Amino acid sequence: MTALLEVSELRAGYGAVRVLQGLDFSVDVGEAVVILGANGAGKTTTLRAISGMIDAVGRVMFDGHAITGRRPDQIAAAGVAHVPQGRGTIVDLTVDENLRIGAYRRRGPEIDVDIDRWYTTFPRLKERRAQQAGSMSGGEQQMLAVARALMGRPKLVLLDEPSLGLAPLVTQELFRTLGDLNREDGISMLVVEQNAGLALKLATRGYVLETGTIVISGTAAELAGNDDVRRAYLGI
Amino acid sequence: MSLFLTQLMNGIGIGAVYASLALALVLVFRTTGILNFAQGEMALYSTYLVWFFTVRSVPVWIAILLAMAISFVGGAAIERVLIRPVEQASPLVLVIVTIGMFLAINSIAQVQFGNDIKLLPRAYPNKTWLPGNVQISSDTLVLVGVLVAECVILYLVLNRTRIGLAFRAVASNPESSRLVGVPVGRMLMLGWAMAAAIGALAGALVIAPVGLEGASMQEILVYAFAAAALGGFDSPVGAVVAGLIVGVVGTMTTQYLHVVHDIELVVPLALILVVLLFRPSGLFGSTRVERV
Repeated sequence: MTALLEVSELRAGYGAVRVLQGLDFSVDVGEAVVILGANGAGKTTTLRAISGMIDAVGRVMFDGHAITGRRPDQIAAAGVAHVPQGRGTIVDLTVDENLRIGAYRRRGPEIDVDIDRWYTTFPRLKERRAQQAGSMSGGEQQMLAVARALMGRPKLVLLDEPSLGLAPLVTQELFRTLGDLNREDGISMLVVEQNAGLALKLATRGYVLETGTIVISGTAAELAGNDDVRRAYLGI
Repeated sequence: MSLFLTQLMNGIGIGAVYASLALALVLVFRTTGILNFAQGEMALYSTYLVWFFTVRSVPVWIAILLAMAISFVGGAAIERVLIRPVEQASPLVLVIVTIGMFLAINSIAQVQFGNDIKLLPRAYPNKTWLPGNVQISSDTLVLVGVLVAECVILYLVLNRTRIGLAFRAVASNPESSRLVGVPVGRMLMLGWAMAAAIGALAGALVIAPVGLEGASMQEILVYAFAAAALGGFDSPVGAVVAGLIVGVVGTMTTQYLHVVHDIELVVPLALILVVLLFRPSGLFGSTRVERV
């Protein structure tokens, strides 16, 4: 396996507060990797540091290039799609326009082919294509956020708490779709989640983040069998 | 009755200018969340450029187009050089910056071009028509025509082009736009650039009949701000409708309300105050007015 994303000694924070204390982890091509952790552990900060939304020091290699210090739009152009926490819906645009802006870096007729494709995957979005995106339910907006990210044909998708605020059934459906996308389309994913049960079913490997440091790493099965993980994140 | 209709037409004509400048204010506000107090002075400077070209025997319409092009580039440059470094600062800092620009641009214009009144050649013949005893001047027709053209072009650019889509996305959610690869900074520059070009056109047309001097745009800017507030600072449609309303109310006040002679400005502003008491976000604005 070749590493698609390789993060080493990543440190980042907000102002004087350092949140990440030097992280090392990687995502291989075609892998789905999960980062588990409690509120405030630094999960969101990790993703924001990778996609350039906040300043970070350390080394982030993506697809063979160092992307640390690049602007978010350049990192997106390099093939990293970030589905932010809270879905990042562009509320004043229609559903269709949200998907089109996802393909901002691309040109040509294939954009329409891709839009149809995600409408097939998420039929609810097709029903609401002309509607203002902000008027949709949380679950629909999360589907839109995933589809918008995929419109850029990314090599890696970063997903920040996709289950947040969704009803359990909607969450299950979403994770099933994410699993299909990973296995059948080979889309690499880095997911941060609090819902460890679902996340470990989706992922092949995982890391546990505590106060800005990775404390446990292993395959999904290893994490699911780890007593500390079970107690802290699976509630067993 | 014909006097009323004549004044209505005049009001719509001047209202079209307020609407144009209000549109410029809204473009800047929607993208950068800034009330640009220097918008009028930017238009003033652009109008001096029109004068500068016409005295060097450039045909007046070409001079206007040149000034618009220079203003477009200048607007983008102002965003990049003066606004970007303080983009994340508090709204008060931004107010100070644009007020500073107001004073600076005004002074630069007067130092560079002198403070005597400049006469601009008319871009079109000065005519008046009298259909059914209602006076309609060519000024009114041109100003309204230009406003309509601006609205159509702006609508097409914003709703039918890839850049326009990106521009609206940035106005709505800059963070998500950035994450899908939209160069947000360039869109902010575009907002300032378009606003400056629109202001240049409005300035050149409204000043031509009366002569150009340092204070030419100041009253117009007050009315344009009033229109933007009345329409809702984030609504282009609101800016246009409210600009026309402010224009008509102002003209009618001058004609019929002699009580407020010489302080006509009070009446439209009072009207706006009343509207904003009941609809704080303006007639067409969304209630969510926040910095983006």
